[in-house]
Amino acid sequence: MRSRALGIVVWLTTAAAAVLAYLLMPSFVSDFHSRGLAEAGAYFVAIIGLNLLTGYTGQISLGHGALMAIGGYTTAWLMVHEHWRDVWTIPLAGLAAGLVGFLIGLPALRLSGLYLALATFAFAVSMPSLLKKFSGITGGGQGLRPIEEAPLQITGLSGTVTILGHSVTQNDFLYYLSWGLGLVGFVIAWLLVRGRVGRTLRAVRDSEVAAASAGIGLARTKTLVFALSGVYAGVAGALVAIQTEIVSPLSFTFVLSIVILVGAVVGGLGSLPGMVLGALFIEYLPDISTRVSQKPGVPDFVYGVAIILVMILLPTGAGGLLKRLARPLTTRLYLRP
Amino acid sequence: MLLALDWTQLAQQIVIGLASGGVWATLAVALVLIYRSTGVINFAQGEMAMFSTFIAWSLVHHGLSYWGAFALTVVISFAGGIAVERTVIRPVERAPVLTVVIVTLGLFFLVNGAARWIWSPETRSLPNAFSTRPIDVAGVAFSIQDLGTIAVALAAVGLLWLFYRFTKLGLASRAAALNPEASRLVGVRVSWMLALGWGLAAAMGAVSGMLTAPALASFDQNLMQPVLLYAFAGAVLGGIDSPLGAVAGSLLLGVLINLLGTYVDWIGGELRLPVALAVILGVLLVRPAGLFGRPVERRV
Amino acid sequence: MAEPLLRLEDVTARYGPVTALHGISLHVGEGEAVAVLGANGAGKTTTLRSISGTVRRAGTIAFGGKSIARRSPEAVARAGIAHVPEGRGTLTELSVHDNLRLGAYTRRDRKAMAEDERRVLAHFPMLRERASQRAGTLSGGEQQMLALARALMLRPRLLLLDEPSLGLAPMVVAEIFRIVRELNEREGLAVLVVEQNAALALEASSRAYVLEVGRVAVEGSSADLRRDEAVRRSYLGY
Repeated sequence: MRSRALGIVVWLTTAAAAVLAYLLMPSFVSDFHSRGLAEAGAYFVAIIGLNLLTGYTGQISLGHGALMAIGGYTTAWLMVHEHWRDVWTIPLAGLAAGLVGFLIGLPALRLSGLYLALATFAFAVSMPSLLKKFSGITGGGQGLRPIEEAPLQITGLSGTVTILGHSVTQNDFLYYLSWGLGLVGFVIAWLLVRGRVGRTLRAVRDSEVAAASAGIGLARTKTLVFALSGVYAGVAGALVAIQTEIVSPLSFTFVLSIVILVGAVVGGLGSLPGMVLGALFIEYLPDISTRVSQKPGVPDFVYGVAIILVMILLPTGAGGLLKRLARPLTTRLYLRP
Repeated sequence: MLLALDWTQLAQQIVIGLASGGVWATLAVALVLIYRSTGVINFAQGEMAMFSTFIAWSLVHHGLSYWGAFALTVVISFAGGIAVERTVIRPVERAPVLTVVIVTLGLFFLVNGAARWIWSPETRSLPNAFSTRPIDVAGVAFSIQDLGTIAVALAAVGLLWLFYRFTKLGLASRAAALNPEASRLVGVRVSWMLALGWGLAAAMGAVSGMLTAPALASFDQNLMQPVLLYAFAGAVLGGIDSPLGAVAGSLLLGVLINLLGTYVDWIGGELRLPVALAVILGVLLVRPAGLFGRPVERRV
Repeated sequence: MAEPLLRLEDVTARYGPVTALHGISLHVGEGEAVAVLGANGAGKTTTLRSISGTVRRAGTIAFGGKSIARRSPEAVARAGIAHVPEGRGTLTELSVHDNLRLGAYTRRDRKAMAEDERRVLAHFPMLRERASQRAGTLSGGEQQMLALARALMLRPRLLLLDEPSLGLAPMVVAEIFRIVRELNEREGLAVLVVEQNAALALEASSRAYVLEVGRVAVEGSSADLRRDEAVRRSYLGY
């Protein structure tokens, strides 16, 4: 009984610490870093979604960047053409991407592994071309520019935003927005994964055949997870659009899909807490690489070396390491003394 | 309608398509080799091929003939592929597949960065492999360049096939990829077979790069990125577990894309790849294992 | 006593956190046929795996006087031990002929290899008929023959056979054991065979060990064990 109580105390403390860190972070970092963290927050949301898909049901997606594009463009379009406030576009952006995710999930049922990778890869590679082709809606190569065409819809354009009576800079606001949504998304994912849904997901990942014979609606589960993963990506894309105030075909290239995947694997597939580290990794590694040297090619070289080293040292990602470190705690939680 | 078809143009476009397809085929075979032995798609295959091409450029720059540089580069790339496997892939041999995938992605950035660091990002060019004169076959003009490219690509793939089919090492390599446990029991050093696969793949990649570069007026470090996409698509179309399928798929893809680009107006340069990918996906929905792949049996 | 061909002393083996062998000691002399018996889960297969190096093991394992306890499976094969694993381990995607060629992978003596191929196919004529067929298309019994033939192509000094009778019809099993006996008696090939079918194994061997839960429970000559009703009833199930 005592170890149970201890476990709960540890858990509550961690949760409280996380919330406190979230609330107080901007006071400890410069305004510039708030902006970087805000971007990391958007990545965090996208990575959670990809983790649910790949880490928990084992379906590979090389197309999450394109799903983010759907969300980002939805946001920009609503701001420019319908004059919606930036923040209120987020739910719709998520839904739009979720719908596309669902549509991808349907044919994905017939494909597995490599073939699914190719399908999502095709989607990601085609997205810039498609965005340019349907220029009527998307603004073609120029994209959509809320900063120019709908500046009034941007929160904090004046430089400060007032939240609950406190005045914060626009970058701080963006930070609170993305990590706030990130925390909410984290909690939702965590609840899903813990409960019956999570067991279903893991069953599908570990053995589709066994899961099917146990009566789990395979098709339904897989497509729904794709849809959910899409919602996360859409929200992430919306956040990116809100932060950059412009969207164009160059905002969401194939490289973004790869970067999100790297973040998910480095963070640790199947581990939600690891995703925070994954997001920070993909946000800050390019900066660090550039700082090593500015000579052409060296930043990319360092970037590549860093990724390889991390994977060699932590094959199961940061999440795997966290799980190993936490094992003394968690085993005591679940074993009867 | 059929009689109004310009057969000459069709034949020419088919050959052009086969030439591009041939180049993709060599890289596609490299992808299949690694997929069969390591279980991953090596996302850095194109960049490694690009690196080899730059080595070839340096050799030519120092006075070697094109074909001399070609041969030497293939050998160097073979060694390089083995080195890459031993240093970067071996440590993650037992890790989950996605981890290895991320390692190849890291390798992508590493190799690209290294190439831009060693040879600065300015454009260069390789001399033509073949003469640029056209040649007359049955009254139709074809470019020697295209025909030569097809010939070299098929020769390279053919040599590889001979190796795997008829040599002891090739047999051991195949066995190691199919059933590593059983292969160990007959004395095959499975780990080294993996390295061999990477070496051969790198050599094939070098061929691919050195056939791609001369056809362009100039090239830079982004040379092989489109080629990788097409090679991947071609390999999956043909069936990723079959080298023969990869070759056939790539050739088919080359012809398809070229014919689509020539005869269908609204497919401009931008949409060639997406349309091709859409076609491939269509094929996969009907034949999930690719045109020539063996359907995967699901063991219950 | 002269150093036996194969000697195991106090060998332990584990699969991750689970220990399967708790200190096994056994030996096989030159040209001897020895059986390892016991119920499911007793550790018979693990014993063979310890010898061929396909499981984590500790203890003394000596072959021809030299320790092989730390060698990789490839190195053990090169030393002259051919392991026909449970489930046969045939390379189903390759042809019968290629499977046999692979068996001789470690050898360089071309003429002797061709000789051996002839002799092996003489033992297994139906394989000669199917030489270019994919191994996966063979029946269970034929695959077992192929696995055995492939092991012989290595020209081993010691043959490890894991449950050769598994899933096969009695007539086929009888044939396989006949061939094994012939190889042992005529050509002096040392054999260590693991079997659940104790009666068959005792017929084909001169000595036997009975394992129980990872330890040697009984050992002795096969003739004695066959006659001992108590042993038969409690350990061998007949």
